[in-house]
Order: sequence, then structure tokens, then C-alpha cells
Amino acid sequence: MTEIGRSRPVLEARSKVDGTADYVINHVRHRMLHAAIVRSTEPHAELAGIDADAARASPGVHSVLTGQDVAQVIKDPYYGPAFHDQPILALEKVRYVGEPVALVLADERHIAVAAAALVDVSYRGLKPVFDEVAASAEDAPLVHESLRPGAAFADLRHLAGVRGTNVALHTRLRHGDPDAAWDGGGQVFEHEYHTQQVAHVPLESHCAIAEFVGPDRLEVESGTQSPSFTRLELARLLGWRENQVRVIVPYLGGGFGAKLYMKLEALAAAAALIAGRPVRVAITMDEQFFTISRHATTTRIRSRVDDTGKFLARAVEVYWNGGAYADIGPRVTQKSGFIAAGPYRIDAVAVDSRAVYTNRTPAGAMRGFGVPQMVFAHESHADEIAAATGMDPIELRRRNLLADGDLHATGTRLESAATMEVLELLATKMRWAEEIDRGSGTVRRGRGVAIGLKAVVTPTTSAATVSLAGDGSVTVRQGTVDMGQGSSTVMAVIAGQALGVPPEQIAVLPPDTDATPYDMGTLGSRSTFHMGNAVLAAALDVKRQLMAFAAEVTGCSPADVSCSGGRVAGLTFEEIMSATHGARAGTLVGYGSYTPRTVAPDPKTGQSPAITPFWMVGGSGAEISVDVETGRITVDRIVCVADAGVALNPDAARRQVSGGVVMQLGMTLSEEMRYEDGQLTNPGLGLYKVPTALDVPPDIDVCLIQHPHPAGPYGAKGIGETGTFAVSPAVANALADATGVRIRSLPLSAEKVLRGLHVSKGRRLE
Amino acid sequence: MTSSWTRITFTLNCRAVEAQIRNDETLLELLRREFGLYGARESCGQGVCGTCTVEVGGMPVSSCLYWAVQLDRAEVTTIESLSRDGALDPIQQAFVDAGAFQCGFCTPGMIMMCRGLLRDNADPSDDEIRRWLTGSICRCGAYPEIICAVHAAAAAVKSDAGR
Repeated sequence: MTEIGRSRPVLEARSKVDGTADYVINHVRHRMLHAAIVRSTEPHAELAGIDADAARASPGVHSVLTGQDVAQVIKDPYYGPAFHDQPILALEKVRYVGEPVALVLADERHIAVAAAALVDVSYRGLKPVFDEVAASAEDAPLVHESLRPGAAFADLRHLAGVRGTNVALHTRLRHGDPDAAWDGGGQVFEHEYHTQQVAHVPLESHCAIAEFVGPDRLEVESGTQSPSFTRLELARLLGWRENQVRVIVPYLGGGFGAKLYMKLEALAAAAALIAGRPVRVAITMDEQFFTISRHATTTRIRSRVDDTGKFLARAVEVYWNGGAYADIGPRVTQKSGFIAAGPYRIDAVAVDSRAVYTNRTPAGAMRGFGVPQMVFAHESHADEIAAATGMDPIELRRRNLLADGDLHATGTRLESAATMEVLELLATKMRWAEEIDRGSGTVRRGRGVAIGLKAVVTPTTSAATVSLAGDGSVTVRQGTVDMGQGSSTVMAVIAGQALGVPPEQIAVLPPDTDATPYDMGTLGSRSTFHMGNAVLAAALDVKRQLMAFAAEVTGCSPADVSCSGGRVAGLTFEEIMSATHGARAGTLVGYGSYTPRTVAPDPKTGQSPAITPFWMVGGSGAEISVDVETGRITVDRIVCVADAGVALNPDAARRQVSGGVVMQLGMTLSEEMRYEDGQLTNPGLGLYKVPTALDVPPDIDVCLIQHPHPAGPYGAKGIGETGTFAVSPAVANALADATGVRIRSLPLSAEKVLRGLHVSKGRRLE
Repeated sequence: MTSSWTRITFTLNCRAVEAQIRNDETLLELLRREFGLYGARESCGQGVCGTCTVEVGGMPVSSCLYWAVQLDRAEVTTIESLSRDGALDPIQQAFVDAGAFQCGFCTPGMIMMCRGLLRDNADPSDDEIRRWLTGSICRCGAYPEIICAVHAAAAAVKSDAGR
């Protein structure tokens, strides 16, 4: 019986409904100190002095640490996944409001929080810059004096020490002859689109606990999506070997990219090192808004289009507002730059994508790795072209869409990518051929579609072990972090299918770098494919060992030994273990590792014959109602079509996509980090409004297209981010369809819609 | 900074308990610090997300905003008391069956809110469920499944009562 494609509750379901699920915020250590972070009140300033005497004198306060204290124990206290640009605590200057400046340690959290308010920091203000385009100008104030790329990346090395710019990385894609492609017939369209800075808002805020165990061992418990990276980065900072650092990760209360790479772990470790006691650094929901965010973007797209609607040439310029520290922004800039021209056959493409430093909360990866921002631009642009040329939006896309086997602008062929099927199913589900109710009175109704493509991040590695105990029970050790996507269950399904064991009887251990092999990180919808392949290889490895033992025990020829239904050569796993070890004893360990073969893109042109191990395709359609008196948009129905490969746990996969749709709807209609003079005015859930049950459309129709991916474990590929790709432009296109109002900046707030309606009638709205 | 302390007695999950509390301590802090009950969790810290929901005197409250000193002689019920003899409560079971969570962080609070709804309204409509849950945020976006779970739980409670 196959375990593949049967929907099942996640393995940890019971613990999640009875309150016993283990999150890092529940953890305590003996003699543990609690911390509160003192944060910068200035967007850009030199640190003139830190007076912590009053805080230090407070009863219950252990100590107050500054960047100088950290620099005493960690020689080069700068971290980051792409650039080593972020100080553990600010040194010499601050670069955004909310940047950690000092850390108060106390016996209890409430004491630390109260004392943090007593720390007096003085600043000498510098001119700040907040906008990504303004920050790219030659005379812009400089956020960093020079660039500090991490030494591990060959493609960033040339940037080391570059001075006088806020552009951390400028990546280029050149396909065909984009310079010559603008002459000749047809029409040229040019538009500029903006997406806003938004917050991830996992309901569990970041928390890390660090303890030095003996003189040469560091243990960190953290809600991180990147246990292996965190170990590597902590070891680098301490000048230690990786095997001296242990990172333990329980369930995450949401991640969405906010908990990728390192966030609080180095701060907790530095504080524990100085204090000589375990330190817990936990932040509040408000503080999340000063920790990480999704990039705001400005995107300019220019297209030449012939009389039949065919796209002939496209030039895209993208500016990514990376905030004060690079985090993984340069990689977002690069990877999403690759797909910025859209999922279309265009003979000449030029993309220029720039990661820009500004004096805002740093921006990193968030559910789609920059793709939703790009899809908003190219799919709004597509509908603007359709409207201007009088073409049907589906028909325009049909004529231009890349088909499986076509050459993408990166020089890589689309393989196992159901672009056409996604578009056609979207049209069917939207009942596109039928007219819709256009509303009456003060309500106008409309509909829109959009489609996006993503190349999964590469090159990356996952490794896993699958082991058998003396009783034959199966344990999977792997480093993919389950933050609600159901990855542990999927790994159990894969191992269970390979060994003929019910997944519900398999233990998938939480990541612990002392026990679980390397994984690049839980990000970019890569886990089912990469870790799934590693788990499959490990399960097959242990199965081979079992079969060899079975052959020995039974005296059969190894070729005649078969394995099915949890038995090998008719024997249970326990019987084989007992017979081999002379008792119910021993451990069998199977190991698997997976690194897909890809080719690094040419640094000047972005071209590569194999840029990704798999493509993801997501299409969305929206039917909306607009109240023309208030400008308020109500989404009545959303269709989301996702190319899933084979869904290993189909209902869970659908819920992943649906959850992505809901999150992206928030970012489409309401969410926005708002600043005044560099001060964020709406941190926290009281002011920053995320979707509630009332904001969710009554009808979210998620459709999975399932064709086995040839390289995926049991045909599976990644799907987690797909739901986010096309939601925003689908709604923006529906708004234009309903009202004629085209809004080129997210969110599609009632105010912008109302303003647009008034302008379209030749009236002004002050 | 010093805190003053008070001794209180109250009923926690049907058991009489005593606790020495800080006067500025919240019910949420008390549950976690003194009783090791981790089902209620802080998220927003402002009473808008519902992640810390427990019942006091049979009413759902945000325990992050509820002072522990207000508890004297009150009855407090948390998610930990819902399952009996290893069997899940009908709402918990409905959440499992509908897959009404992803990360699970909001789930105990969400279930405690739904309990309050079903006590007042045995057969809520979609719209009534949505309105009741506006103070319970699920960032993973599992609302469609949560609404299904509430309907299923309502049906299960009704059929239990009919037996």
C-alpha cells in the first residue's frame, strides 16, 4: 500500500491542540539570565555615549553590555549570511531606529525591561536615507562606509572594501540582444511599480537561549529556520570548530523567513560568554518590527509589444530596499532578479536588480524570496498592456507564456513546469469565458488573474540519517525545521514509503546539530525536494543494510531477498536485528545526502544552462467587490492554482498554499510598515493589521496540478511559497477591471482606491 | 525596582491552588512561571491576538492583560484541562480532523475562544464564527479550516448531547 498522496494529520497534531507542543519560549536553564534590548531611537547617528549607571544600579540587574563589551570577547563582532555587516550590538554608529545598542541582563525579564528604560544613549545625528531609489544616487548619505561581503561567496568577493555606495549588489541578466531590441515596429509600454515594506509577524517572536557548557562548548536553543548556518556562523564568530557549537530547535511558532539565518543567537552567545551564565534573549511582537522585514521595491518595466500582443523585448530595473543590514537581501535581489521579466518567451531581456542599503529595519527573505514583489510588477504590467491593446488578459498571457521545454531568460530550459496548465486551469476555475455580475448601486465588481514563476534557490545541500533500533523502530534525523508546514510528516511519509512502515510509527527528531546532519536551511520551498531526497536516500541505505542482514540470516541469495510491508525476506525488522546482534540490540544507520547539480550563472549576463533543480508555478485569480463610496475592496473569491509535482500530503499542501494566499492578501490590502522621519509608526499588532477571520474570502479555491517531477522524492517538489506569488496583481487587476482604476503601489488601500476613483472622474481629493 | 507580593487562592482546572504572586504579574506569566502551563502563550502582548486566551469564570479572557491579583477565588480553565482520560475534547478533535492549524502557536487560544462561542451558540453561522474570532489571529492563515472545525465541533457537541 502506498503512503504517497494520502492526506493525513501532521504527526504532532495532538500536541498542537492540547497545548503541549514544545516551543523555545517554554525552555529554561539553571541560573539563566533574562535580557532586554536597548534600541536606537535614531535612524542614522554616531554613538556619542551610553550611560548605563542607573540601570546597573537597579536591584536584580546583573549587568549592562554594549558593543564595546562584545568586541572584547568576539574580535570581529559582525555577522550576516551574505555580508558580514551587522554588529552584534551597535559599534560607533547606529543605522536604523530600533537597532540593538545595549543589552540589560537581569534575574527576571520584567526587571531587565524596566532597567533598559534607564539606559541613556546619546547620539550625534547623521543625514539618513530611507528610499531605495534615492539611496542609490551617487550623492546619497552612506549607510555603510565600505562593503563587507562574507568570504565564503566567490561571486561577492569582488565587492570587499568597495566604498562610496549604498548598492550592496547589482546583478544583471542579459538575454538575446536587449540593446538592439527596441528598434522596429510595435508599441512600447513603460510603468513603475512599488511594493511596501511589510513584516513577517510569526506569532511566536524570536527567542534564543545560550549557555557555555564547560570551557569549549556552546549550546544554543533557538527558534531558528537555519540550525546548520547558525552553528557555522557562531563558530566563525568565536573562532571555534563547528563541532564545539550545538544548536537545538524545537517547533517554531511560525517563521515565514523571519527566523532565517542568525537573529538573536550571537547576542545571546556573546552575553552568556561575558556573564558566565546562561542567557535568554527573547523579543516582543513590537520588537519583531525592528528585527527583520520584507523588502519594499521600486520596479520599472519597459516592454516592446507587436500588433498581435507578443512581447518582443523587456527591460526591468529593480531597486530593493534592504534596510540597514544586508541579511539575505543580496540573494533575494539576485534570485528574484532572474524571474523579474515574468514567465514569458521574450527574445531580448535585460534585468538590473540592485540591493540597496537604507536607514530602515533590515529586509530579508519572506515567503517567496522577492518573487511576490516581482510578480506584482510584471503581472500588473501585463494587464496594462492587455487593456491598452484591447486584448483579453488570459489570451495575452496564453500568447506569451513559456511552455515546458522553452528557454527561460536565464538560459535554462523550463522542465517539469506546468505553466500552460496552470493558466488554463485558472481560466476554467475563474469561469473566464462567462461574464460576471458587475455589481449595482455603489458596488462595482471585477476580476483579474496573474501568474508567477520561481526558480528554487541553488546550490544547496541537505543530509539525513534514517536509523533502526533493536526493536526495528525507525528514527529520522534531519535538519528541516517544522514551523507549521508539516515537513516532519512529509519526511516520515518518504521514509515510511521506502521501508514499508506506517509514517505514524516513525519518529522524526527535532533538529539538533549534535545529532542531525547538515541542512542549508528551511527556506525557499526547498525542503520537500532537497531534504526529501536526502531522507529517501538514507532510508534506501538502511534498507540495503537490512536486506544484506536478512540474506545472511536466512541463507538466501541477496538477490532473492525482498522487502515489503515492513518485512524483509518474511522477517520483521526486529527479528533481523535480533538475529544479527544476538539480542534485541544494535543500531542500523542509513545516510543520505542530496545536492542537485546546477551551474552558477555568468556574473555579467546571469546566463546558465542549469540555474535551478526545479521550477515553481503559481497562478491566482480574484473576484472582488469595490465600494465606490469608500474605496474599500472586498475579495469575494480567490482561486489559486499551484504546480505541486506529486503532493505527498495533499491536504497539508493545499493548506500551505491557502495560508500563503491569506498572508499575501494582508500584504495586498492593508499591511504596511509606515515611517515618519525614519521612525516606524505602527509596530505591534495593535497598529499593524494582519488578516483576521473576517478578512478572509468566503471562497478560497486551491487547485494542485500534479505531475511527478523526475528528480523529486516520489515525484514531489516544493510548493510552500507558491500561494503568495500572484495574489497581489490578481487583486490589482480585478480592481482595474471593476473600476478602471490602476494602482501601481501596494497596499491597495481604500484611500488609494478612492483617490483613484476621484481622479478618474476629473476630481481631486485632498 | 522592587515588586510587592500577594498570596492568592483560586481554582485552576478544577483544583484549588495557592500562589505567591507579584502585584504586577499577569495571569499569563503566573500560569507559565508557577504552574508550568505553556498552552497559553504571549504573542502581541496587547490583547489583540488571542494567543493567550484562557477562561476566567467561564469567560474567555486575554491572560496577557489580566492581572493575577484579580484572580482571588476565581475559576480559571486552560487548554490543558480539556482532554479527559487521554481523549480530546470535541473542539480539539475537530481541529485535528480539519487540519485547522499550521504552526500551532495560536491553536490553544483559538480553541478556548471557540469553546466560549459554542457555549453561547450551539450552531453558529460562518459569519458568527468569523466575527467571534476577530480577536484571534492565525498568521499561518488557517481560518478556512478553523471555520470548518468550529462547524464540525458544533455538530459533535450536539450529537453528544442528543445521546
